[in-house]
Amino acid sequence: MKKTDTGNYQHFLKVVDCQQACPAHTPVPEYIRLIAEKRYTDAYLLNWESNVFPGILGRVCDRPCEPACRRGRVEETPVAICRLKRVAADNKEDISAFLPKAPRKKNGKRIALIGAGPASMTVARDLLPLGYDVVMFERDAKAGGMMRSQIPAFRLPEAVLDEELNYIINMGLECHFGEEISSLDKLLQANFDAIFVGTGAPNGRWLKIPGHDQLDEKSEYAQIDTGINWLAKVSFEHLQYDENTPAPKKVVVLGGGNTAMDCCRTAKRLGAEEVTVLVRSSFETMKASPWEKEDAAAEGITILPNYNPLEYKLEQGRLVAVLFEQVESVYDKVGNRTLQATGETLLVECDQVLVAVGQDTAFEWIERDIGISFNQWGRPKVNSHSLQSTLPTVFFGGDAAFGPKNIISAVANGHQVAISIDLFCQNADPIEDRSDTSFNLISQKMGIHEWSYQSGIDHQERNLVPHIAWDEAVKTLTTEVELGFDEQLALAEASRCLNCDVHTVFTESTCIECSACEDVCPMDCINFVEEESEDAQMVKQFRVSELNTEQSLLVSAPLKTGHIMVKDEDVCLHCGLCAERCPTGAWDMKKLLINNINATIK
Amino acid sequence: MSFIKSTFRHPRLPVNDLGLTYRDYEGALSTLCAGCGHDSLTAAIIQACHELSIEPHKVAKMSGIGCSSKAPNYFLNKAHGFNSVHGRMPSVTTGANLANQELLYLAMSGDGDSASIGFGQFAHVVRRQLNMVYMVANNGVYGLTKGQLAATADKGVRNKGGDLSLFNDIDLCVTALQLGASFVARSFSGDKQQLVPLIKAAISHKGFAFIDIISPCVTFNNHAGSTRSYDYVHDHVTTGAIADFVPVKTEITSSGDSAECEDVCLHDGSIMRIQKVDEGYDSTNASQAIMDIERHKQDGKILTGLFYLEPTASDYHEINDTNDTPLNQLDQDALCPGSRVLNGINESFR
Repeated sequence: MKKTDTGNYQHFLKVVDCQQACPAHTPVPEYIRLIAEKRYTDAYLLNWESNVFPGILGRVCDRPCEPACRRGRVEETPVAICRLKRVAADNKEDISAFLPKAPRKKNGKRIALIGAGPASMTVARDLLPLGYDVVMFERDAKAGGMMRSQIPAFRLPEAVLDEELNYIINMGLECHFGEEISSLDKLLQANFDAIFVGTGAPNGRWLKIPGHDQLDEKSEYAQIDTGINWLAKVSFEHLQYDENTPAPKKVVVLGGGNTAMDCCRTAKRLGAEEVTVLVRSSFETMKASPWEKEDAAAEGITILPNYNPLEYKLEQGRLVAVLFEQVESVYDKVGNRTLQATGETLLVECDQVLVAVGQDTAFEWIERDIGISFNQWGRPKVNSHSLQSTLPTVFFGGDAAFGPKNIISAVANGHQVAISIDLFCQNADPIEDRSDTSFNLISQKMGIHEWSYQSGIDHQERNLVPHIAWDEAVKTLTTEVELGFDEQLALAEASRCLNCDVHTVFTESTCIECSACEDVCPMDCINFVEEESEDAQMVKQFRVSELNTEQSLLVSAPLKTGHIMVKDEDVCLHCGLCAERCPTGAWDMKKLLINNINATIK
Repeated sequence: MSFIKSTFRHPRLPVNDLGLTYRDYEGALSTLCAGCGHDSLTAAIIQACHELSIEPHKVAKMSGIGCSSKAPNYFLNKAHGFNSVHGRMPSVTTGANLANQELLYLAMSGDGDSASIGFGQFAHVVRRQLNMVYMVANNGVYGLTKGQLAATADKGVRNKGGDLSLFNDIDLCVTALQLGASFVARSFSGDKQQLVPLIKAAISHKGFAFIDIISPCVTFNNHAGSTRSYDYVHDHVTTGAIADFVPVKTEITSSGDSAECEDVCLHDGSIMRIQKVDEGYDSTNASQAIMDIERHKQDGKILTGLFYLEPTASDYHEINDTNDTPLNQLDQDALCPGSRVLNGINESFR
């Protein structure tokens, strides 16, 4: 086995599963510790530095950190990381004094941002304090992009959205709302030093099944609409249901993602009596986040998995039902899914269909002869590190670059692009001259049995977030459903964090091979093994040889007896007992500090 | 504060025939010094008992006084136990064994407890061939009283405080061999690969099983110049044969070079597979084992491994032809048969 390279932060960052899984590498354990100390403002600012929108993400993030959380591997459920982020946002004091300000003297470089979604706003946040003049063009009347148009207010209140967007706008961002860029070529003539395209994936996909062509999809109150169009109309109050144009009573939502969940819950709030979500996949493999499905079900929405739409049924030009066939998901050896009809059909009556089966980027406003190459999916070719397109002054990020993903990925792209643009404007190469970060590992030992973090393990189960009564929730469009953790719940949940960023660091030269660490480790992580030519043979010597191959091993250099120490990082609790038991200090608990987190986004 | 061991366990931990993981054989978290050899010893006992699927409530942990004798608190917290007076563990164990021969007696003692204050008791329990596993955690110093030289310290070494060892050392394995123990071995707490099979074999063996375990004292006897430090033992340890324990249920397959391997069947049907390293090694010859130990000592080596094994030896109950039913299971009528029987016994002596 090859000795682990501990001169680099990569191994250590990977051990912090939540931070590694977060596209923006938010230092999760660090901010949870700050919450545990009731330092909410500090916790918020630490978040803000990495993910720019803690209050927004604390509500509607896709939470890639939670399935990654080590807690989910040692017991049933991960730490409620996302809800804790909201706690920091809810309880912080006025932070305006702590935010970076744009310098009065500018550096003379002008940057254009197209779109005002999370990616663009992150680029602005990163570049304004460096002295750039940043000009933003947004077709809608307000900033936020899909965060505003597609996420309903009962999940994300407008006040939270406005607050966090205004922190950036107030840094001196030049905003052009209601201005849609219809030609990139024209914008290129305007002498910007760099242009960022963050226009998202604004086109909802249609299902062109029989009956579709007979329905007028263009009218404001169309009986058939794409989910994202319809949510935007609700959000910007373009739809005003009243006696003359009553709200739809029976709504069918097609699709199984988070947009479908937002559509069905919104329809219910507008007064629909029957809302049914029908999706081709099985319930388990639906794309929507598990908690979104749970909330929709709790609000009385029927979710019918394994149904494939066949035809829109019309009577006298009006939609009256959708015909479905029941299907089964069949997987082949490599995991490819095919849908096989069972022969059963189902007719669902409805007066409104919302199609939420995916969305695409839209680049008809980019001329194809200006030097920007597109790939087979119609998306721009960009370098994966710099996000620079084939036209050096133009950068892409967020959904515009990679298709529909999520807010936190867009934020991470924003950081990447800000670094690239800054290098590009200094005549440096956005790929070659990209610098990596330095890092520190700092001992947390305070004394005998005393560490500067909570090393004892809290065995409590995950705390559930309180919400308003479900029958109240479905009555209004704007009342937030989740109440968030109160302080007591927040502190209880915070203490479940395993502090994975406090690492077990091993020093070969001081180890006397007494095996005390191996014996005391509650999770059987530590092994002293004889070196063999085959790795598999060495793994057989491990205390638990059935490894989780997605996790790393910490491999030492040969010790005095020739044995090597191999620590399986998979289920380490970071309880510090190895360091506690080590008579020579060969083990120590050291906190990882990455000095420039944005530089680690790759 | 990390002096609490989490009850979370590895999700893929193996279970034994009883459905238990090794964590079910643990005791309280040790309060011995960090790095103490006795904790490795504890871990080896836990591993051996788990792998043998021993029911914890059918074990009695016996000990005297000393760091070693604290150790039973750190394993098998569901077993019975008796922490006796200093050096008197052999007597208490003899009494317990007489009353109930169905328990497994795991005894932990130290160099002070067995080679000094309890040396007489040790000698006699060996002679009695009591069916027990007698383990000595041997570190050459009295750690609990801050590092005075023990009777097992080599002549001529100095302790951490600078005191010179003036007298010949007592080798407990040699004593046990001389007095007729039917299982004698020495091991090192830092070598579980050797120690765990020896403990398993000692448990499976019927009769008196003795294991002397070099268990370094990190606080008072781990300095340069000590002959019981981790570094010294790692450097000077040697063995006459590698012994592997093959449980009863395992199908016995012939190993590659069977000429070098010798299988000894233990009382319960399990096998001790002995692979010679020294050409002259012979597990059936006690006097040769004594000579081997002494010869290595003169060469500055520490000989470890299985020294002697007599798998068919008689134990105390057989020698004394005691009742098959343990005393604690006999009822009042059997234990006290009345004056008529007593008179008959008295008559037989007239």
